[in-house]
Amino acid sequence: MSSLRSITFATLTKDIRLEWRSKDALNSMLFFSLLVVVIFSFSFDPNAEESREIAGGLIWVAFLFSAVVALNQTWARELRNQVLDAYRVSPAPAAALFLAKALGNFVLVSLLEALMVPLFVVFYNLRALGPAWQLIPVALLGTWALVVNGTFFAAMSIRTRSREIMLPLLLFPISIPAVQAMVEATRILLAGDGSARFWIVLLLTYDVVFTTACLALFETILQAE
Amino acid sequence: MNSIKFLWAAYIATWLIHGLYLGSIARRYKRLRQQMKDLNGK
Amino acid sequence: MKRAFPILAVLTAALLAYGTYQALVVAPTERTMGDVQRIFYYHVPSAWTAFCLFFVNLVASIAYLIRKNPKADALAVSSAEVGVVFCTVVLITGPIWARPVWGIWWTWDVRLTSTLVLWLIYVSYLVLRRFSDSAQTPVLAAVLAIFGALDVPLVYFSIWFFRTQHPQPVIGGGGSLDPRMLHIFLLNLFTFSCFGAMVCWWRYRLEWLQREVDEAQALESLMGEDGPGVSARAGAPLGKISASKISGKPGPQ
Repeated sequence: MSSLRSITFATLTKDIRLEWRSKDALNSMLFFSLLVVVIFSFSFDPNAEESREIAGGLIWVAFLFSAVVALNQTWARELRNQVLDAYRVSPAPAAALFLAKALGNFVLVSLLEALMVPLFVVFYNLRALGPAWQLIPVALLGTWALVVNGTFFAAMSIRTRSREIMLPLLLFPISIPAVQAMVEATRILLAGDGSARFWIVLLLTYDVVFTTACLALFETILQAE
Repeated sequence: MNSIKFLWAAYIATWLIHGLYLGSIARRYKRLRQQMKDLNGK
Repeated sequence: MKRAFPILAVLTAALLAYGTYQALVVAPTERTMGDVQRIFYYHVPSAWTAFCLFFVNLVASIAYLIRKNPKADALAVSSAEVGVVFCTVVLITGPIWARPVWGIWWTWDVRLTSTLVLWLIYVSYLVLRRFSDSAQTPVLAAVLAIFGALDVPLVYFSIWFFRTQHPQPVIGGGGSLDPRMLHIFLLNLFTFSCFGAMVCWWRYRLEWLQREVDEAQALESLMGEDGPGVSARAGAPLGKISASKISGKPGPQ
């Protein structure tokens, strides 16, 4: 399936290049993420012992909101330039387009997270009492869980009224098990309170199930618009 | 006994919800029938 | 088929009345919880009915994706909507039951929380259908239904595991039932299932009527613009349905 890989790669590099040229959107998203962290720090007193218990939850909720902001504009460029029509008639597999979009979003959201995590660590004086390396698969799997479904639902929302609110409306309910897994795993790893293995496996399962579903059904969605 | 109030509350809530929904279906049905009649009459 | 509906509706209503009477009056009072426990007789059957309806929605959605049959889509909408109504009842009677028995309104127990998430997923389904103007809304909604169905086991597992780590009271109770209670419970289970099916059927007929009206209106505006002589078949996506069928008069076929 080298054609899938090469098309995906080509689309992905094109997106990253375009995104890099228009740094405005990226900068405003970064600033938004920073604001979210600060607001949370004001709302949930970082010095209180309880806040460190819930820091895991706070981080992921902050990520969730930043991710939605980033995902909302994910198809905007395609929509503006009728690129989707071109894709519909091209022989390229729709899955390649989806994969490229999702990977691009993954890179973008990971960038936002990379900014927010040090801020949280600083504001909340976080220390991982459990095996800290496990936070990496949690972050990767969790981010992918949000991004893969987010990209898909963003495509579904394109021709709906109130497009921007439609994305979180569709994404949040479906993401509940993934968010619960992310939050619990983070809490466990930060507090050193047992094993996060179940949650990591759940996240992995979630990712596999929904990545498959998105790849399988994206063609249907694309044709439907 | 206080808990009987909750029993009645649950009972009333249940049938209120069902009643409202069935009522809305009935209302829409009537309106559509009227519309159909109008369209046929033309 | 159409004539059967009013008869079955009356029968169902009678069954409902009988089942309620049994639940509220005849059933023995539970030892620990008292009379409040009687909520159980319609809390659980409502949940069962809601889940069945959501399952019907899943099957109808898949059927629609495969065959693009508009009847499947109409059934999908109807079962989703009625399912949400029953699910709402579950979510409201649950806390009303929990408050006097356990002193708390909500417990994040597996069943109630899973029901909440299922309710959220299907409300988002209905919102998508409402907000999406495109002619391909049925396809989008069907895909969402599949995603929802894939999510349900994951939801259940994640909440179940969370609960084993942080135990809390369980609404609906576990344990075995007194045989007299079991009878009445099964009766209400059957009754609510019939009730759910009837409401879904009625909603389905409403949906179908709505589509026929829309089609007739579209036809009319077509004919109004181009004058008489335009074939009545033009722009009739539903094919065999024609406006005259509603009024029962024989029409051009």
